[in-house]
Amino acid sequence: MLDTRHSIETPEGIALQLTVAGPGVRGLAYAADFMIRGVVLTIFSVLFGLLGVTGIGLLTIFAFVLEWFYPIFFEVFWHGQTPGKRFMDIKVVNDNATPVTWSSSVVRNLFRVVDFLPLFYITGLVCFCVNSQFKRVGDLAAGTLVIYNTKRKAFKFDSGVGTRVAPMPLELQEQQAIVSFCERVPQLSPQRSCELASILAPVLGEHDQQAVDALMEIGNGIRGAE
Amino acid sequence: MKQAAFEARYRSNWLAFEKHLDRVLSRSAGRFAKASKLKSTDTDTDTDTDPQDGEGPVDFSFSEAYRQVCNHYALAQQRGYSVSLLDYLNDLSLRGHSALYQSKTNFRYQLIRFVLFGLPQAVRKEWKLVLCASLLFYVPMVAVAVGIVLSPELAYSIFSPDQVSSFEAMYDPAADHIGRERKSETDVAMFGYYIRNNIGIGFQTVVTGIIGGLGTLFYLIYNGLAIGGVAGHLIQLGYYQPFFGFVSGHSSFELTGIVIAGAAGLKIGFSLLFPGRLRRINALTTAVAESVVLIYGVIFLLLIAAFVEAFWSSNGSVDFSVKVAVGLGTWCLVLSYFLLVGRVREA
Repeated sequence: MLDTRHSIETPEGIALQLTVAGPGVRGLAYAADFMIRGVVLTIFSVLFGLLGVTGIGLLTIFAFVLEWFYPIFFEVFWHGQTPGKRFMDIKVVNDNATPVTWSSSVVRNLFRVVDFLPLFYITGLVCFCVNSQFKRVGDLAAGTLVIYNTKRKAFKFDSGVGTRVAPMPLELQEQQAIVSFCERVPQLSPQRSCELASILAPVLGEHDQQAVDALMEIGNGIRGAE
Repeated sequence: MKQAAFEARYRSNWLAFEKHLDRVLSRSAGRFAKASKLKSTDTDTDTDTDPQDGEGPVDFSFSEAYRQVCNHYALAQQRGYSVSLLDYLNDLSLRGHSALYQSKTNFRYQLIRFVLFGLPQAVRKEWKLVLCASLLFYVPMVAVAVGIVLSPELAYSIFSPDQVSSFEAMYDPAADHIGRERKSETDVAMFGYYIRNNIGIGFQTVVTGIIGGLGTLFYLIYNGLAIGGVAGHLIQLGYYQPFFGFVSGHSSFELTGIVIAGAAGLKIGFSLLFPGRLRRINALTTAVAESVVLIYGVIFLLLIAAFVEAFWSSNGSVDFSVKVAVGLGTWCLVLSYFLLVGRVREA
């Protein structure tokens, strides 16, 4: 329930992992969109104001379109992202992780009205909390998910720093733990990695930085790097 | 195979796929993307053996490369490779997945198909719900109108005295305008007002159906009562001409639009109340997906209604008889559209 990962099966027979976006991020995205709409509406009300009575009509139409269709247009034409969602790096997809379509976008945004009831998205928030995929009523009705955009960071195909044979045969889980540790070392502070590696000091017979190096080498060996 | 060897062997394939993906996704940005365009380059299959050739846009087989990445992802999972490699392949597969499975949309074709086939067919398919919504809407309307004609004081139990006097003033035959008090240069302003107000109500009628149909029920009956009340009161005052002259033109589109919104709302509500053999959530998504056509129909009809109401109904220079004749004509048009159009199987 606490895991925000959601897995879907594709026709290719693999299980894709999606990271579902929670109420906080989506609330912020909504707030950003709300402000953008407010600013745009203000600018246009000044511009249309110059046109007199006809301008009021055009402004009303514009406000209507902005109110109901702003999210729909952006979601359909901009890879499932409104400006607010792009800002928070999340996007709307169909339940099967395909790009959101006109129909599902129309539905999820019309049902916003229900999510808003009785005020300030209380229904939506309750709905968020009672299903594991953080769906509001509109998402349930349309069959859509809001997920984090997949990270575009380049993958490091690094070669290692020498190898070493582990002091004992390791099971798959143990091997994976060591390799995961090696991959996380660059993101950890030296102190923290020493602390973690020292847990294995009784087995490795080494301490602190030596233990880290030993684990790195064992990890390299497991990955099969030269 | 150990992970490093696996990476070394296939990394050039992955990088080529990644590069191609960037190009595909940036090309489709802001446009209707056509997955078929990608697939049409699906001619050569040698990316497995010669990944360097896979760089060119012409001889690069997208689906082939995508399937290979998926395969590698499954292999990596099964062989217990490291988290970062799994994440990388997951992201790559996910982006490939969303590039490949884009729906192809030809907007103009869809629009024509919707008008000529989709909408009338959907309305006929849901005729029971349309009938149901019609009864819920028209029965209170007619009942209240007849009631007010018979006992005029009933009007004051529906409307406040202020409201009564305001719509009396709107349709007073002695006044030099009909409808809401305005001049013709306000046509556009009123068009905007009608669009925002009426389509907004249409949308609310549909979506509040999710509360077991209760919201839809409320909007149908409430609007029926309100319209019937105004009509009854004005008939009882003898203001036939301005009232029917004003409403005849757009009534067919607007009332039918509300009824269709009601039908869509009831469909959504009933799907939750009577899900049949489906789970409630699946019944809901199915019903919603089917009522999308009806929702588009609501927009379509209420747009026409707003246009007619703003630019024709309020036109005081047209004779009463012409207006009523046009009104009857549009009713015939709307009814025959929903009864007759789209009966032919589409090509």
